[in-house]
Amino acid sequence: MDVLQLQRKLREHQAAMLREGFLDDQFSQLQKLQDESSPDFVIEVVKMFFDDSEKLLNNMTRALGQVPVDFKQVDAHVHQYKGSSASVGAARVKNVCATFRNFCETQNLEGCVRCLQQLQQEYSLLKNNLQYLFRLQEEIQAAGGSIPTIE
Amino acid sequence: MAGGEVLRQNLPEKLEESPSGANELHVLAVDDSLVDRKVIERLLKISSCKVTVVESGTRALQYLGLDGDKKSSIGFDSVKVNLIMTDYSMPGMTGYDLLKKIKQESSVFREIPVVIMSSENILTRIDRCLEEGAEDFLLKPVKLSDVRRLKDFIMKGEVKEGEKRCCKRSRSEDCSPSPMTHPCDSSLLSSLSSSSVLSPLSPSTLSSKKSRL
Repeated sequence: MDVLQLQRKLREHQAAMLREGFLDDQFSQLQKLQDESSPDFVIEVVKMFFDDSEKLLNNMTRALGQVPVDFKQVDAHVHQYKGSSASVGAARVKNVCATFRNFCETQNLEGCVRCLQQLQQEYSLLKNNLQYLFRLQEEIQAAGGSIPTIE
Repeated sequence: MAGGEVLRQNLPEKLEESPSGANELHVLAVDDSLVDRKVIERLLKISSCKVTVVESGTRALQYLGLDGDKKSSIGFDSVKVNLIMTDYSMPGMTGYDLLKKIKQESSVFREIPVVIMSSENILTRIDRCLEEGAEDFLLKPVKLSDVRRLKDFIMKGEVKEGEKRCCKRSRSEDCSPSPMTHPCDSSLLSSLSSSSVLSPLSPSTLSSKKSRL
């Protein structure tokens, strides 16, 4: 596949992620912060987000497994996750977090467990999609092309 | 400066009192989230600010030399910070606690503008922070336009009393455009999407603040 095809694929993939709500405008904002002085900024932030995600999802799982459940503790983790997902533009993850927080407030264990499952799904989908995006970027760069900017 | 690392800087030369000089604006950013620290650091660096990022209010006070540790403040040049940007929700010392501690200082530190950042748009929280002397309250995620606006404000110094800036009001959409060059976007739609929340007409802030955004 030549550079032009790869670039088109990248544009389409990112547009799809935006359209389907995986990402929102904040992701585009992050891309604007990337330049020659910080060429891997987006990937670095996303990697931090992945690490954060795994840590927080583990914390939530542990907290929901306690007897009795400390909903304030669960909420604290969800609140953190909502924050970092918002910061990278992970819209679907952020939205599930919002619902999750409501269940924490009403101390609805079933609702919380459902949300945790949803979060794990959304995180997994997002991770796959972003990794594909970054792979396309790498291929383009390896082929000597430039990463198309998304409006 | 990496998150979590706090170095007392022994500056090679004294920074000018007025940040409107040729020197860079030095911003101290405080946030317990690693992701947010990385983003705010980049936002500030790309806006040509010198940045120090710390992970907690305690670290911030240590950095400023306000932690009561007398022996660490003797013999060092005072750290010159032109702006403090702090997250609101942090374990231990919240951004609000940090704001209060700084404003209680009877020294030059009280004059440093403090901006609160929060992902939650809670009116009472915003009012409390502004009443305690916060310069501004930004909704996260913080945008480049927020940082640019802040930087312009700090660089320009004091704003004339009564001059209103276009701002996002949680309570009302009443917004009059400011005569200043670029406060924020002029259309109502984009002013609603601006993440800054100010209440310049709040009675307690009018008399206590001499400069408002």
